[in-house]
Amino acid sequence: MSELGFNARLRRGDMNASEKLWQVSWSLVLWLCCIFAFGFAMLYSAAGGKLMPWAEPQAARFVIGIAMMLGVAVLDIRSVMRFAYVFYFITIVLLVAVDIKGVIGGGAQRWIDLGIINLQPSELAKPAIVLALARYFHGRNLEDIASPLALLAPLTLVLLPVGLVIKQPDLGTALVILMVSAATFFMAGVRMWKFITVGIAGLAAMFPAWAMLHEYQRDRIRIFMDPERDPLGTGYHILQSKIALGSGGLFGKGFMEGTQSHLSFLPERQTDFIFTMLAEELGMVGGLTLLALYAMILIYGYAIAFRCRYQFGRLVAVGITTTFFLYFFINIAMVMGLIPVVGVPLPLISYGGTALLTLMFCMGLLMNVWVHRDVQMAMRGGFGDF
Amino acid sequence: MLSRDGDWTKMFNRRAIVLGGVQGALITTLIARMYYLQVVKSDRYKMLADGNRINVQLLPPPRGRILDRFGQPLAVNSQQFRVLVIPEQANKVVDTIGVLANLIEIADYERDRIKREVGRHRSFVPIMVKENLSWEEMARIQVNAADLPGVIIDDALTRHYPLNEAATHLLGYVSSVDEADLNGDPLLQLPGFRIGKAGVEKVHDAILRGKGGTNQVEVNAYGRVVRELNRQEGDPGTDVLLTIDERLQRVAYERLKEEESASMAVMDIYTGEMLVMTSDPGYDPHMFSRAPTPQEWRELSTNPRSPLTNKAVAGRYPPGSTFKLCVALAGLENGVIQAEQFIHCPGHTTLGSRTWYCWKKGGHGSVNMATAITQSCDCYFYEVARRLGVDRISAMAHKLGLGELTGVGVPNEQKGLIPTEAWKKAARGEPWQQGETLNVGIGQGQVAVTPIQLCTYVARIANGGLAVKPTLVRATVTTAAAAAKVARDETDNGPMAMQKLESIGISPQHLAVVQRGMFGCVNAGGTATRAILKMKDAEKKDWQMAGKTGSSQIHSIKRAERALGEMSMSKQEQRPWELRDHALFVAFAPFHAPRYAVACVIEHGKAGAQAAAAVKDVMEEVLRLDPSRKVRTDDTIASGPSATPEKSPT
Repeated sequence: MSELGFNARLRRGDMNASEKLWQVSWSLVLWLCCIFAFGFAMLYSAAGGKLMPWAEPQAARFVIGIAMMLGVAVLDIRSVMRFAYVFYFITIVLLVAVDIKGVIGGGAQRWIDLGIINLQPSELAKPAIVLALARYFHGRNLEDIASPLALLAPLTLVLLPVGLVIKQPDLGTALVILMVSAATFFMAGVRMWKFITVGIAGLAAMFPAWAMLHEYQRDRIRIFMDPERDPLGTGYHILQSKIALGSGGLFGKGFMEGTQSHLSFLPERQTDFIFTMLAEELGMVGGLTLLALYAMILIYGYAIAFRCRYQFGRLVAVGITTTFFLYFFINIAMVMGLIPVVGVPLPLISYGGTALLTLMFCMGLLMNVWVHRDVQMAMRGGFGDF
Repeated sequence: MLSRDGDWTKMFNRRAIVLGGVQGALITTLIARMYYLQVVKSDRYKMLADGNRINVQLLPPPRGRILDRFGQPLAVNSQQFRVLVIPEQANKVVDTIGVLANLIEIADYERDRIKREVGRHRSFVPIMVKENLSWEEMARIQVNAADLPGVIIDDALTRHYPLNEAATHLLGYVSSVDEADLNGDPLLQLPGFRIGKAGVEKVHDAILRGKGGTNQVEVNAYGRVVRELNRQEGDPGTDVLLTIDERLQRVAYERLKEEESASMAVMDIYTGEMLVMTSDPGYDPHMFSRAPTPQEWRELSTNPRSPLTNKAVAGRYPPGSTFKLCVALAGLENGVIQAEQFIHCPGHTTLGSRTWYCWKKGGHGSVNMATAITQSCDCYFYEVARRLGVDRISAMAHKLGLGELTGVGVPNEQKGLIPTEAWKKAARGEPWQQGETLNVGIGQGQVAVTPIQLCTYVARIANGGLAVKPTLVRATVTTAAAAAKVARDETDNGPMAMQKLESIGISPQHLAVVQRGMFGCVNAGGTATRAILKMKDAEKKDWQMAGKTGSSQIHSIKRAERALGEMSMSKQEQRPWELRDHALFVAFAPFHAPRYAVACVIEHGKAGAQAAAAVKDVMEEVLRLDPSRKVRTDDTIASGPSATPEKSPT
């Protein structure tokens, strides 16, 4: 009875908190902990074999992050869906607030001081856009979104935060939001020719835009695309990063033995360039291990998406997974000189509070989908008795 | 609805696989890139990483010493102390310098320099505040060390020349490296490195310099040294033992200082070892280590006594009457005159329409060769020269070492000139005039020789016609023990050297005639009676010297004098210094068992007797010390390691 009753309740979505906690994928939690342990070791090494100033505070944040993740995981997914637009709206307000504060402060500002933590609305924008788009596409079948007009509303949803983030200016985050959105549109069933059309239109628009730019602005873009043009600035950092990676070789120089990182040739070794240090000290073997762990998270993400019974959950799972992928791909590709330098942290490894907590929040959403995978979801997010 | 739902799910699953596939492909790209950087290009990046972190510091080797024949120091390394400040350790550099200025003197422009350098360098780079601290200054700084955070004293080696000016031309000096000196030796790139720029320091720079060591240190991105990785000491420079006797060098220089401008060379007639080679006036060799001030430089370079020239090898003088020894030998060897054949000297000789005068107004009467040398009769030699012709005189001069580079081993040696008919044709395009031969006969005209050549010349006459060549280096040694062994070696190398030397092919009888003439010149009422030695040898016999004076006229004066038709000694006093005759004297001693040859030139010293007097004073000391046969025992031989390892500049 209780077994049957539980399944029924599960479908209806009215489980109590402890039942939900039982449903949490603890193996995924374990994998996350593994990655964090990796990051903790690197932060310990970055500080020259000391817990301070990075490893210990980061561990404290991770504990908070785990708690938050579990908290998010047990929320009722219907409430999450219902509040998706509200959450999106709050994020937009915060982005505008940062923009105004930045104007007042007389410089580029990306965060709001909340006393305990510095909130970066651009970070929040990533889960917000995933939730909002998933909410929008939920219950819409392929015919519903066949008309281009039906895409106007979600496009607006995307372009609004992208515009605000570019203004900060935070090109990296804006690109991540765009790419996550594109992935969500793709998963929602938008026809391929529409993507191709938009892509061609975007490329075509670049030429007049390029012509309108000042020469110094073009130079900045040229350096962004090709750091070698600026051998004393960005180019120097990328070169040093490549030297560090390459000199690490197959097995690395040994934990805490990285010469490039410890002799300060490497910039930002505890944040954006931490992968470089990892690969210098632990070699290609270390790098591959981390990539394998990340790939494991991706597999969990896709598995959750496949197992979920309804569109909202599936779209959220793929959106979050893609966000996670973009984080580590952009960071690693950047430090290896494959793509231009954008300030994107390495998930669960880089030092920094906001990024870690945002990521744990995202993981909470993914977990939430898993816990509520069998819930029957109506068109508008209510209980559908069909 | 359900079927449409099913469509959506199918679409979603398909597209999820595509998206996952794309992400998988991108991850593969990352792995490929990682493989490229960490495996394919790894060696290259490892090299670059080491280039980043490893700095190679050169450790300058201590420079080899220059010692005299008995191991006495001629050029050594001495410690000098300097005070530096490390800006990051000083609370405030300006204040620290202010405190320092109360203890030692710091000029205002020095303060500006320090301020500039502090701004230019990273804060952990020590900035030199003052060099060459005295003991007292150093003590004062150390007592107040507590008030002087970031102030350090360190020591470095500088070159020290105990003989100062007395051997400055011979030894040369060290000075900083010029662009032109760079030859790939990384040592030369070291800031503050000094290399030999003149004299023995220059000629033997390669072995004196030694080989630099290296110190590999790990540095961070800001250039701060983190730790030492691998230290390889270099080879200290080799010590050079010269043939010079430091005591005699001093004596000779002190004696020459009584004159305005002079030079002297003393040589062992068998071994060719130079015992003295000095040039007056000298200059302070230490000046060049620190770079002379513009004023010092101006004084040195414009001084008419040319203190920068090593006159012993680079001074070109007409040999005057000292050349008559050569003319006499040429005459005898070529059979144009016999030793006991008399020539009448009426006080002048005519050739064509021109008249040549003897220095003695009334003439010498009839003179044979020995008397002609003793009295330095000009007419006699006009006649011998006329009979010989210039080419045969020139051939004899070259045989005796005149007009030839001796290769003694100091820079800027001059070749001099012994004219021949062919030479004049080539140089002037004019045929040789017989009158010129007469001038050459008494060492005037175009003839130009150096003191070192004159010394070789008289040595070859004294040693019985052996082709001795002057040498300067007795040994090169890498350890103090080896130096001491050479210095204490009691072997007289003379007899062995005599065996080895080739003959220049002059009959001993002819040489004996000339030697007799030289003996008379000094001891039998000749022109050099001021050179009679006032000392006895071990058997209470008088030491005797044989020599020949010379007074060579300045070319322009000669014409003026000829117009006057008279050259008198008394006129010399009335001339300005730079127009007076040069005084020359060549000699050997002891007469009965010759060993030492000497040549002395006193620029504008009026008459040869002036030089004879100087030579006498030096020769007495030479004979008393007898350095070719007696080892010096009065002083301990400079010992200890050839030099202490120099501290690398921090």
